[in-house]
Order: sequence, then C-alpha cells, then structure tokens
Amino acid sequence: MFREITIGQYYPAESTLHSLDPRVKLFSTLMYIISLFSFDDPVSLVMITVALICVIKLSHVPFGFMIKGLKGIMVLLIIAGAFNLFLTPGKELVSFWIFSISDVGLKNAGIMTIRMIYLIVGTSIMTLTTTPNQLTDGLEKSLGFLKRIGIPVHEISMMMSIALRFIPILIEETDKIMKAQTARGADFESGGIIKKAKAMVPLLVPLFVSAFRRANDLALAMEARCYNGGTGRTKMKPLAYSSLDQRAYIVIVIYMVVFYLIKAVI
Amino acid sequence: MSLILDHVTYKYSSGTAYEIKALDDVCLTINDGEFVGVIGHTGSGKSTLVQHMNGLIKATEGHIYYNGQDIYDSDYDIKDLRTQVGMVFQYPEHQLFETTVFEDVCFGPKNQGLDKKEQTLRAYEALGLVKMDEKLFLASPFELSGGQKRRAAIAGVLAMKPAILILDEPTAGLDPKGRDDILGMIADMHEKRGDTVVLVSHSMEDVANYVDRIIVMDQGKPVYDGTPKEVFAHYKELEKMGLAAPQVTYVMNDLKAAGFDVNCDATTVAEAKKEIIRCFAK
Repeated sequence: MFREITIGQYYPAESTLHSLDPRVKLFSTLMYIISLFSFDDPVSLVMITVALICVIKLSHVPFGFMIKGLKGIMVLLIIAGAFNLFLTPGKELVSFWIFSISDVGLKNAGIMTIRMIYLIVGTSIMTLTTTPNQLTDGLEKSLGFLKRIGIPVHEISMMMSIALRFIPILIEETDKIMKAQTARGADFESGGIIKKAKAMVPLLVPLFVSAFRRANDLALAMEARCYNGGTGRTKMKPLAYSSLDQRAYIVIVIYMVVFYLIKAVI
Repeated sequence: MSLILDHVTYKYSSGTAYEIKALDDVCLTINDGEFVGVIGHTGSGKSTLVQHMNGLIKATEGHIYYNGQDIYDSDYDIKDLRTQVGMVFQYPEHQLFETTVFEDVCFGPKNQGLDKKEQTLRAYEALGLVKMDEKLFLASPFELSGGQKRRAAIAGVLAMKPAILILDEPTAGLDPKGRDDILGMIADMHEKRGDTVVLVSHSMEDVANYVDRIIVMDQGKPVYDGTPKEVFAHYKELEKMGLAAPQVTYVMNDLKAAGFDVNCDATTVAEAKKEIIRCFAK
C-alpha cells in the first residue's frame, strides 16, 4: 500500500536525460523554475510548454509516472486556485451570490495552476531520471564552495543520502509491521480519529525500535570502515562532465536567453 | 475444513517497470490436520504464497476458498479469516510492542473483541503452549533473547486460537539449539492438539524431521508436492534449484552407489541409522 509514494522515486531507463551529469540537471531545473515563475504572457508559456514536452520525450519515462505526484497536491491546487479566482479584485466578469470572478482573478488562478503543475512535473522529471545518490553527489559538488565559509557540505550531503536511502527501507519495514499486526487482528483503517491514532501505537513502537537499531548498526559499520567525515575522502565514481553535458549547458543557456528576449520584446 | 488456492497468480507492482510475477498459477489444497512444509530458496515466492492464505495479499488473478467460502467475496469477513488462519512472521521484532510480554500476547484476543478475563486466559494458555518461562511474563518483550522473542510472537498468534497456524521461517537467525526447541515445540503442538501447521523454510534439514508433506516452490510455482520421501527422491533436481536434500539422503545414495543394498527412502538420521544397521545385520 506504500508503493504509491513517488517522492524522490527513480525510474530506471536508458535515455539522454538519465546519462546527464546530475549538476547539469540541478542547474537546468533551477533555470526552468526561474523561467516558470517569471513568465506572464502566452508566448513565453508556449515556449516553456514546448521545452517541457521535449524534455518529457527525451526522458523515456512514462507520462503516467510524472503526473502521479500531482494527485497528492490536487486539494492544494483546487483551494489555491479558488482563492485566486474569487478573491482577487478587478473588473468583474461574472458574479453570483457572494462570489464574483474578476479578469485579474481568472488570469492569476490560471497562471498559478499552470505554474504548480509544471513545477511538479518538471522536478519529478529530475528525480525520476537521477538516482538519489547521484543527486546528493551533484549537490555536494555544486555547493562545495560553501565549505570555505565553514558549512559542513559533505556531512550534510551524507546525512541526506542516508535519509534518502532509508526511506524505502522504512517503508518496507512499515509494510511488514502492518502485515504482522493485521495478522493479529489490528485494524488501521476504520474508526474515528482517536481510534485511528491509538491503532498507530502497535505500528510505531516496532518501527521506532527498528529505526534506532538500524541507525546504531549503520554507525558501527561506518566506524568499522574508518569513516571520519569528508576530508581526504575520494569517490568511487567521481563526477566528470562529458561533451553531452557541455551541449546541455549550451541548450539551457540558449533557452534562458531566448526566454528573456521574448519577455523584453513583448 | 480446508484451504484451497485455485489458479492464484500474483504480480508485484503490477503495470510498472518493476513488475515481478511472484506467484504463477498456483493450485494447492491444505487439508485439515496436516503438517506442511513450504520450501524454496530466497525469492521463490514462498512467503508471498503463505501471505495469500490469510488474505494479507490479494491475488492478482485466481480465488482462495476457506471452508468452501471465497475469501474475496465482498461480504466475506476477512478479519475473521485472519483469526482462523494465524500467521507468525519471520521477525518477532515486527510485532512486539507492548510494555510486557503478557500484554503483548493479549493484543490478538483484544482485537477479537474478547473480554478482559477471556483475554487473560487465552494469553496464559498460549504462553504455556510455547513453554515460556513464567518469570518472563511481565518482562519487556524487548529484553528477551532471540528464541524467547520468537516464542512470545508465536504465543501472540496462538492466543487467537487459529485453526491453521502458518509460520514464516520461525527459526531464521537462531542457533541450532534454539531452532530445535522451536521446531520441537511446534511439532509437539501439532501432535497433541492436531493443529494444521504450515511451516515455511529454506532449510530441508529443518523440515524433513517434522513435516508430513513438503511443497517445493521455484520461480513462483510449486514444483514438487508430496511426502518427504517422494520429494527427496528428486534430490538431483532440487540441487539445480539451489536447494539441497538432507545430508542423510546423500549418504544413503552414496552407500547404494558403492554397492550396499540400502533403501534410499530414509529422510532423518534415525531412519538412516535403522536402515544401515538392517543392511549390515544381514
């Protein structure tokens, strides 16, 4: 039942996007988000959409996977959309009872909904085509300059990759514990909020016990391998740019230049 | 009283890139009073198979009948099935959570809706059946040793008085003595009370000494189904599946190959001893 969680999920496939350096993908995603939040005319929207469709095609990931993440924010989208639609002052278009829709409201609601959907789809493409390990490696390397001002970049990224690595383990563990307790007649679904919260105890106690045990074992295993932080540590797969990555950087720079040219012209 | 699996197929992550066929068109009947061993190497689908038996996993295709009723019928009480078909998982750590062992064993009966007095009686009886030391009744389940945790977990399921008891690798991670204790206790219960027991394991030695029927799983299918003697006669095929027959099977077959007139049916050390003595007495 937990197999539907898609946060940070990786979809194994062979594609141009999968073989790109994670730093390129992080940079491109950042640029994409900037363009997404600064457009306000239809021509730019068309350009962003075309770029997004091209990337989707390049990723070789089924489209269904990308929009899975949208289900979770559906309620948020509808509420935010409704607020924008009904509560923005401007020239009134339609009005009934206490609600009225203005031209500005309609435009804001539309733009906001598009932004949210594009944001989720765009960032999902990044996580779907990049393994969590590549992602943290990319972050560690890109943010390496922060080390100079005393921020422990390596330690933070190590913590991130351990946390990411443990998500599937803990999900699997939760699944097993739920099964074991369901086999003893536990019921996690029916009843009011208090009954449901109480039903969580037989699930959470074994889960916490096992999480602490795993953390202890991992710390011991790391120490046994003489882990002592980032200084002097080498990588098994050091990140290196290929010609594909250089071309990708050129494409994203062209994309940003064209995007701002269009903005300046209109 | 029987459990019938009718053309059951199960796929993990159906319809995605991760799709795995864990069970492939399985037809099985578990009869009343049987002591069945389910054997297979890791990933052969044996755990998935037994989790279908009490409805924890719903088959992608096929039907399961318990006492003649289809458990996938919309009006079937699946919660009742779970108390009828008790399931003990591999790791006791996954189910122990209460402050004391005794209270933990009461969890099952409590979920059945029994009153406090009945819960206590059930728990007391179950802990007696697994031969738990009375001094440990009020200990924290987290302080117990591996073997004792296992006993507490089994008691937690026995307290619901299931008609069929399923044990998924009850001896994994135990030392030889702990393993013999647990298996002996289960065999004892089967003998004295006539319970139906399904024992999942990847160790032939474990199973050969106790069960009266073995189901060998390979790649989601039951390949052999019969008495230990019948199944171990295929010891060469079992090896190809990454399994091994008990050591006595090899000894007996080697003796026969060396020209001794022994019967290769023996599956336990005691039987083999009798057979070898018989052969040399002639």
